[in-house]
Amino acid sequence: MSLNIIVLAKQVPDTRNVGKDAMKEDGTINRAALPAIFNPEDLNALEQALRIKDNNPGSTVTLLTMGLPRASEIIREAIYRGADGGIVLTDRTLGGADTLATSYSLAQAVKKFGNYDIILGGRQAIDGDTAQVGPQIAEKLGIPQVTYAEEVIDLADGYVTVKRRLEHGVETVKSPLPCVVTVNGSAPDCRPRNARRLMKYKYAVSPSEKAKLAPEAQAFADARPYLNIQEWSAAYVEADPEQIGLAGSPTKVKAIENVVFTAKESLCLENNDEQIENLVKELIANHTIG
Amino acid sequence: MADKNNLIVYCEYDEGKVADVSLELLTKGRVLADRLGIKLEAVVIGDNLKDIENQVFPYGVDRLYKVEDARLFPYTSNPHAAVLINLFKEIKPQICLMGATCIGRDLGPRVSSCLHSGLTADCTSLEIGDHKDPKTGKEYTDLLYQIRPAFGGNIVATIVNPDCRPQMATVREGVMKKEIYNPDHKGEVVNLDVNRYVSDTDFVVEIIDRHIEKSKVNIKGAPIIVAGGYGVGSKENFQLLFDLANTLGGEVGASRAAVDAGFIEHERQIGQTGVTVRPKLYIACGISGQIQHIAGMQESSIIISINNDPAAPINSIADYVITGNMEDIVPKLIKYYKKNSK
Repeated sequence: MSLNIIVLAKQVPDTRNVGKDAMKEDGTINRAALPAIFNPEDLNALEQALRIKDNNPGSTVTLLTMGLPRASEIIREAIYRGADGGIVLTDRTLGGADTLATSYSLAQAVKKFGNYDIILGGRQAIDGDTAQVGPQIAEKLGIPQVTYAEEVIDLADGYVTVKRRLEHGVETVKSPLPCVVTVNGSAPDCRPRNARRLMKYKYAVSPSEKAKLAPEAQAFADARPYLNIQEWSAAYVEADPEQIGLAGSPTKVKAIENVVFTAKESLCLENNDEQIENLVKELIANHTIG
Repeated sequence: MADKNNLIVYCEYDEGKVADVSLELLTKGRVLADRLGIKLEAVVIGDNLKDIENQVFPYGVDRLYKVEDARLFPYTSNPHAAVLINLFKEIKPQICLMGATCIGRDLGPRVSSCLHSGLTADCTSLEIGDHKDPKTGKEYTDLLYQIRPAFGGNIVATIVNPDCRPQMATVREGVMKKEIYNPDHKGEVVNLDVNRYVSDTDFVVEIIDRHIEKSKVNIKGAPIIVAGGYGVGSKENFQLLFDLANTLGGEVGASRAAVDAGFIEHERQIGQTGVTVRPKLYIACGISGQIQHIAGMQESSIIISINNDPAAPINSIADYVITGNMEDIVPKLIKYYKKNSK
């Protein structure tokens, strides 16, 4: 059985490695100081998608991402690891979107894509940690959702069986297809790049990247359809301008503050036996320990 | 049906007990409802709901909606979402709060998407205040300020939903305090007919197997926590922290960086994306103190920071700072505790 699999992915600033220069003096984020990476849990989702493809020869895995044109970088990364192609949904009008406007835009892209059997994505992106876009897309498409997935156990006869990892245990559920499955970081890591695929697809480009190339490089890509990453605009996916971007977002950011904690007067101790023993004695005396 | 535009809390319910996170939200919800002069409502969806009202009324609930049906337990997304969507269309709550749990974070987005209402995940603080739209100049009074860390916890954002209702927010367990409002408080129970809210076609996802493991770690309730960060360096070095925790009768916690590095399991993660704790003693070893971590432990009574870097941000909120290698210092703490305790 060949399946059309969509993987939702996001290019995110690496918020896990925020250095001292990541915040500007005025308390805003210096995005330039943060590397842009493939959202980690989206890679877990990609792996599950590739496993479904392995078990169902003839299936295709298509990445769908919304972001800046440079998000084509994660599509190439996914192709090196085994995805068949990808779409960057990119448009100035999509900027400033909250999760609801984002899920609307992506759902429109999925509708434009048309015939799909299953949609996988990471549980959440590390820049927002909301975990909302997956379920919201499912609702907009009118299909079921399975969140916190750790493993797609089986996919057959129009149903998918998924193991979910919850706070206090595991659950195995069976959902009819199509559905949205969001995958946890506890799922298996994504397979590495395949050297042969890397050689074949390293010149894959999106239209906006191709436009910057020399004419002969453009002709090279033009002659090879598999090297073309798609770019879709808001108009192309027939998105209602009222429902996208900042205007389509019911939540508004009222204020952003740099976090300041009330500093305490700390007692600084030397790393020597006497001072550490005194500390322990003090904690015992005031019944903090013991 | 009764009056509208109140504050409602979706209460999770399992094995005859309302979840702690739901009771914490009722406590906060009562405060917010009083501030707004509205009622505090709760909704419980499941099976065998019996005398659940006795569990929630002491927290100040004025009205409890019960939706009872064998098919509604265990939780699945679509039927619970259908109940809330259809109920909210009738009672038009101005605020809806849910736990930021596997259930709340699955259910909230689905409901908000259908009602086109804004939802803010993992709030660390909820307040009521006014808002002026910077573009249109339109003024709003008494909005819910949904305050949450963003960008990996490096900033704190205040989010508002000016025009859409309900204003929805999820909050993690342990972030709000659970407090009885009045042990004798009594509210009204409204039993809703499941068939009016859920259609048979909503029962699409089938639970084949459910295996609940009682959590082995109880960081939230531990009086003493020895927590390790990326600076601990390895899984092996975490054993030192377990030795200290065992000696002192505490639990081991960790920062997100240590969990991401694979030094320790996620259950022990403290901070915005983990557990919020308030122990009487918190010993932070090799934790630099990213904001998202500090947010989850700053209310500890006494904080000791052990770090190589004298400028580690966590030191500024610590009561005691020991600069040095945790591999040297932790064994000394163990040694001198054993020597001095009876």
